[in-house]
Amino acid sequence: MTGPALVLVLAVAVLFAAGFNLLMERSLIRIVIGFMLLGHGANVLLLLAGGAAGSPPLLGGKSERPMADPLPQAMVLTAIVITFGVTAFLLALAFRSRILLGEDEVRDDVEDRRVHTGQRRQEPWAGGDAEADPLEENTEQESAEPGRTQQKTTGQADTGPGDTGHGDGAKGGGA
Amino acid sequence: MNVLVPLPFVLLLLGAALTMISRRRATWLRVLAPLAVAASLAAACGLMAAVSRDGVIAVQMGGWAAPLGITLVADRLSALLLVVSIGVLLAIMLHAVAEGAGGTSETEPGVFYPAYLTLTAGVALIFLAGDLFNLFVAFEIMLASSYVLMTLTPTAERIQAGMTYTVVSLMSSILFLASIGLTYAAAGTVNLADLSEHVANLPEGTRTALGLLFLVVFGIKGAIAPMHLWLPDSYPAALTRVTAVFAALLTKAAIYALIRVETLIFPREQVSWIMLVLAAATMLVGTLGALTHDDVHRVFSFILVGHIGYMLFGLGLFSIAGLTGAILYLVHHIVVQAALFLVSDLMQGRTGETSLRRLGGLAQMSSFIAVLFFIPAMSVSGMPPSSGFIAKLALFQAGLGEDRVIAFVVTGVAVLASLLTLMAMSRIWTLGFWRPRPEEAGEPPAAASYTRASTRLMGTVTAVLVVGGLLIAVFAGPLSSWSSMAAADLLDPTAYRNAVTQGGAP
Repeated sequence: MTGPALVLVLAVAVLFAAGFNLLMERSLIRIVIGFMLLGHGANVLLLLAGGAAGSPPLLGGKSERPMADPLPQAMVLTAIVITFGVTAFLLALAFRSRILLGEDEVRDDVEDRRVHTGQRRQEPWAGGDAEADPLEENTEQESAEPGRTQQKTTGQADTGPGDTGHGDGAKGGGA
Repeated sequence: MNVLVPLPFVLLLLGAALTMISRRRATWLRVLAPLAVAASLAAACGLMAAVSRDGVIAVQMGGWAAPLGITLVADRLSALLLVVSIGVLLAIMLHAVAEGAGGTSETEPGVFYPAYLTLTAGVALIFLAGDLFNLFVAFEIMLASSYVLMTLTPTAERIQAGMTYTVVSLMSSILFLASIGLTYAAAGTVNLADLSEHVANLPEGTRTALGLLFLVVFGIKGAIAPMHLWLPDSYPAALTRVTAVFAALLTKAAIYALIRVETLIFPREQVSWIMLVLAAATMLVGTLGALTHDDVHRVFSFILVGHIGYMLFGLGLFSIAGLTGAILYLVHHIVVQAALFLVSDLMQGRTGETSLRRLGGLAQMSSFIAVLFFIPAMSVSGMPPSSGFIAKLALFQAGLGEDRVIAFVVTGVAVLASLLTLMAMSRIWTLGFWRPRPEEAGEPPAAASYTRASTRLMGTVTAVLVVGGLLIAVFAGPLSSWSSMAAADLLDPTAYRNAVTQGGAP
């Protein structure tokens, strides 16, 4: 009895670790995959909560042995439906992001970066110039990081040929 | 009478379905959607009257007995919050109607109203849910519609903010699901009333672990200090009317769930200091953050984070007085935060600006907007005749009534945070309203963005909400006695438990 349960516990641990790790990536598609892994991990965990495996299912009839707890199974079904719907939404969002931003990477927040870099705010009553726009500075910093941009282009080149679906995406990104 | 319990939720879902069907007819949408919310508000008021007469009302959906079936429960706390939040949601809905939202245009298809109604239904279900898993489903209903609302009329900035928001919310939902699984494994039930009996038999360590897990889950959803980072980045990017809904209700629903769950599961003495420390941190981080930002929406978002700390403070005290303060603060803050965002929408409509660098001269342009901003701004900073003062006073008295050093310290921090809030609000007032319009801002846009009638309606709705905030102060007596009865029910769940085990089918 303990054997399969232990394997499942380990599976939950691995799924959660991998999922959280992927969530911290900047590429949206990895985030989506990470979320899917997390969802599976949580579902397996719920199933484990129903007790050890191997009991007969609750099917109306009578059984001498204690039957499997149906409640976690019902919960897992609901959770699977929710995760499925939300994953579809996330994929659509990632696609939109690719069309609108031309890349599927999460960027830093402009205002946060302004506060973080300690750029002195021009207090409006001090009559400072309004030219120091954090947005402009942001684009400069963006182009000053060639490593990330390069990585992105090689990624596209890898997936581009051979697969029409990806090819379309790359075109949309370039436009 | 029992049929009243699911009614607010069911009416809203029905409204969502109807608006979904008629989404190509703009006029129908603008009539149907407010009607559905108004009907649900009426049902919620009826429920509140029934609760004040009969005490806790529980309903077993589908006729399954208590720990097995889906239980919906209405007690004093949930009835009060249901009425207040559906009322505020109705006001924001009318504001959106006045703004001409949900046109059948290409950029904004008619999904606004169905999504909004589904979100409202989710909020109603959160307040009514009687078991943990149903609470999870209610949160998912609310959040799934909020993802849609967040990314409505997509721009690059909005999609990016929406992505952050969605991913963080989903992560907390997964943690929520995992915590439910662990709770079920430990206690063998997810029904709240049943849990309140079973957790007493659990080892101390298990209870602490479960309590902390739920603190993290609802801490992320409710933007408590170290877990608040997603909120100020994402909220300001949405449409202002959407941000008003989010700010008024989403975090407050999480705080409600936290209050509900923690009063049942937490071993109080051990971990209440963690909550108090987190509360102090949240207050300071939020209000200081509000001072560093220039965008009005970001300032308001940070104020929102800071004031979540007050509710956590009340919960962390775990006394009747503390919980009373927390409930009063919830009610006050739902109304006032919504009013602030609606006013900022009016400001934006008038000047086309949200940045304090380029705002100015609003007091001269429209004294009406100035008054509308001034009242909730003073209320949120806790100036005496306002609802914020009443709620803060209740919390401070509760904090000073405790015989613990940490409670004194956190009360001090809370006073400081009030002052910082006042500073942030005065900054908006001085820069946005008092000083002359800066030269680089250019000419204000000709007020052609809205018709005269719609501007007037928007102003009226905001004024009603502001007056509603004042009414909280006027009816502070009955409200605080209601809240203290609700708090007593929370700390002694016998009535709740009895109602659930004896509750009948609707």
